[in-house]
Amino acid sequence: MKRNTLLTTVALLAFAVQPLSAHRFWIIPSSSVLSGEHPWVTVDAAISNSLFFPDHASPGLDSLSVLGPDGKSVALQNGMKGQYRTTFDVELSQPGTYKIFSVRDGLFASYTENGETKRWRGDTQSFAEAGLKDKADLKLTRNNSRVETFVTAGEPTNTVLKPSGEGLELVLDGTHPNDLFNGEPVSFVLQFNGKPAADTEITVVKGDDRYRNEVGEMKLKTDSTGKLTITFPEAGRYWLNASAEGEGGEFEGIPTSSRSSYTATFEVLPQ
Amino acid sequence: MKPSFLIFAPILATTAFGGEVKLTIEIPQLDAAEYHRPYVAAWIEKPDRSVATDLTVWYDAKNKKGTSWLKDLRQWWRKSGRSAELPIDGVSGPTRPVGKHELDLSDKAAAIAPLPDGEYTLVVEAAREVGGREMVRIPFKWDGKTAVDAADTGKTELGAVKFTIQPEP
Repeated sequence: MKRNTLLTTVALLAFAVQPLSAHRFWIIPSSSVLSGEHPWVTVDAAISNSLFFPDHASPGLDSLSVLGPDGKSVALQNGMKGQYRTTFDVELSQPGTYKIFSVRDGLFASYTENGETKRWRGDTQSFAEAGLKDKADLKLTRNNSRVETFVTAGEPTNTVLKPSGEGLELVLDGTHPNDLFNGEPVSFVLQFNGKPAADTEITVVKGDDRYRNEVGEMKLKTDSTGKLTITFPEAGRYWLNASAEGEGGEFEGIPTSSRSSYTATFEVLPQ
Repeated sequence: MKPSFLIFAPILATTAFGGEVKLTIEIPQLDAAEYHRPYVAAWIEKPDRSVATDLTVWYDAKNKKGTSWLKDLRQWWRKSGRSAELPIDGVSGPTRPVGKHELDLSDKAAAIAPLPDGEYTLVVEAAREVGGREMVRIPFKWDGKTAVDAADTGKTELGAVKFTIQPEP
């Protein structure tokens, strides 16, 4: 049962991250900037067509995690997986920045058997069990997808923004993701497997597209150093998505290629 | 130029100490079905828009959840509040009713007097629960010796705002 849920989630994620798909995975907190002692946020996570209205599928609760300002895991409370959205609460018991995220690492293989091309999907643990290592024309692809958002109680901190070196990630470049105001230039760096993701296309969409005839996507590109510069035109909630492909290093002595997608939601406050 | 500035700066700082600082903030009467007194913050911004000094912040400190709405003073929270230890000594105060509130802030003269010559801004920000938010920004020149008399009026959440500095002769 648990395995089924996991597989479904992976499949949904793979579906959600296809650039041409209208389905978008997002995690949205009730507030991103908080004051007071021990504030709470309630969080919605969904895979939907319109931002940020749940209308398609809900991610499994076990695919969602929270990291606190000290870099340690924080419990999800009052969790519930509904038909179209998954919700949970997070108590911000220490000041600083929290990351609420879903990361999926998958391994894809293609090989030839009896003259036919076969495909396999699993993870790094189940690869050995599948016994594919010596198959003809074996090609391996590591697939990493990350969906995240940030919330801050009190002063923003940077611990949860340290890159892991796995897949596409957002790295600080002077702007904190919980310090965004309309009309101000913001810059981040995008990294792919720990290196700057140069010339990478980024799509930014403002929420409430349900009430617009045109989606109003902003198409941006990182520069040669992986830097993304953006000025959010209006206050509101934004969805950002990028994907990248490249060399993935070796896995059990087999060269792999790497595919990754990155999705984040940001709240931009009015001046 | 630079060496002489370095020599004179400490002397200026010690001689231009003190003076009279006054701020009047009007909370307008509003026709609201559910009215809560606004949270209000006032501060002085340097030419680079960073905070030179906080002047006052009014919030509901008696309510256990009172500080949870301080973030609604968005600019103040970002520029000053979130990095401060609450309550801020000599700055924090309770919310105030509709009317004109004249504050004697002469205890802030010590922080204002040594500021280098330049274009500063007095900022008053008000945010009301189940209501709106407004900022009144009033630029003024400061050279350490010329009196400041600046005023403007808000449109929604704030009425008349008046700010005066009378430096010590």
